[in-house]
Amino acid sequence: MAINDRRLVYSSVVSETSLRLESFEQLALPHFEGLYNFACWLTQDRQEAEDLVQETYAKALKGFSSFRQGTNFRAWIYKILRNTFLTSRTGLKASATMPIDVEGEEEVLPTTEETPESILLQRSDWQRVQQAMEQLPVAYREVLLLCEVEEMSYQEISATLGIPIGTVMSRLSRARKMLRAQLRPGPQEG
Amino acid sequence: MGCDSWKAELDTYLDGELPEEEMRAFDAHVRGCPSCSADALTRVQVKRAIRVAGKRFTPTADLRKRIQKSIAAPPQRSFGLRWTLAAATAVVLVVGWLAASYMVSRSGRDQIYSEIADLHVATMASSSPVDVVSTDRHTVKPWFQGRIPFAFNLPELQNTEFSLLGGRMAYLDQTPGAHLIYDIRKHHISVLVFQERSMKLSASWGENVLSPKNLPFNMETWNQGGLRYFVIGDANATDIDNLAKLFKAAS
Repeated sequence: MAINDRRLVYSSVVSETSLRLESFEQLALPHFEGLYNFACWLTQDRQEAEDLVQETYAKALKGFSSFRQGTNFRAWIYKILRNTFLTSRTGLKASATMPIDVEGEEEVLPTTEETPESILLQRSDWQRVQQAMEQLPVAYREVLLLCEVEEMSYQEISATLGIPIGTVMSRLSRARKMLRAQLRPGPQEG
Repeated sequence: MGCDSWKAELDTYLDGELPEEEMRAFDAHVRGCPSCSADALTRVQVKRAIRVAGKRFTPTADLRKRIQKSIAAPPQRSFGLRWTLAAATAVVLVVGWLAASYMVSRSGRDQIYSEIADLHVATMASSSPVDVVSTDRHTVKPWFQGRIPFAFNLPELQNTEFSLLGGRMAYLDQTPGAHLIYDIRKHHISVLVFQERSMKLSASWGENVLSPKNLPFNMETWNQGGLRYFVIGDANATDIDNLAKLFKAAS
């Protein structure tokens, strides 16, 4: 009887552990493509991005016990990737250009600057868009990617980047303005 | 321009991040305002373009494999856990086995004790307790030669209160042995000698194991020169011990 009881205890320890491991895999794997894409946009180097993703998964796995079940896993693991990036050599260089945000500093864009006709995007224009995104400083690029590509809510972006929602909005606004400016046909394009 | 305040929030509107009421008001305004709807259309286009252009990098199958493996690495941890559990299980099993074999050996030993006691009682109750009636050890010892597969020494009883009554063959665990009967102050004591290696559970015997409490006799047992000695009787423990000492000294 005692031995059976002990076996029950052992098996429950095993199943609890495997359950936890299983849930990490289940939670983390679906974000693999997204994390890699985000890493490439941050580092602008595929090899560096691979290392970054690997390191992110290793850190996430190690720190999984600190993840509070029921909270946003995506924001949690993206935050790990971003923080890991910021402490890398490329990240340190990039963070030197991080903007000093002033909350509520959202700019109202003069409508005269852009008209619908001025940036009518063609299907073949995606390369122009990519180039324009590459030109953006990391702080604006990342917020734009999280919003448009990852389709995160402001709340999620705020959790991922560790900035207030107001700052998320002002950075987004600025990022869009910069991008639109890039996409506006220049005089050389006729 | 009245639309500026709307346009300031146009992106938030298109991101679907305005409170519900404001969202509804915005819907109504954009539908009725050509400038805002045109602007919204452009921004939606840009949003869509960013979404498409942004999904630019696809990881290699190799990286996926490596990541999966690194996530599967915790099974390595659970591997360790499994080993720990296996070790723990092994310990439990070994302890269980030891306990079981201890109990088996104890019950086997108890069984032998009671068989020895039976031999003693049966002999005392017998009308002819001894096959060789002699008080002389020099008569008894040769009698056993050829009857049992070993030789042993009988102690000199001069200056002791013990007297030898005689000897007989005994069988324990289908092994022949010597059964000697001594007398001390009207108490009879049996001394049984067997070859230990031919007895089952021989390894479980301790030295100088004293009688179990559930037996109405005092008993002492020990191994000497490959022989297992039992001294049992209703005499007191000191007499039993003294006779045992005499045998130990003689061998």
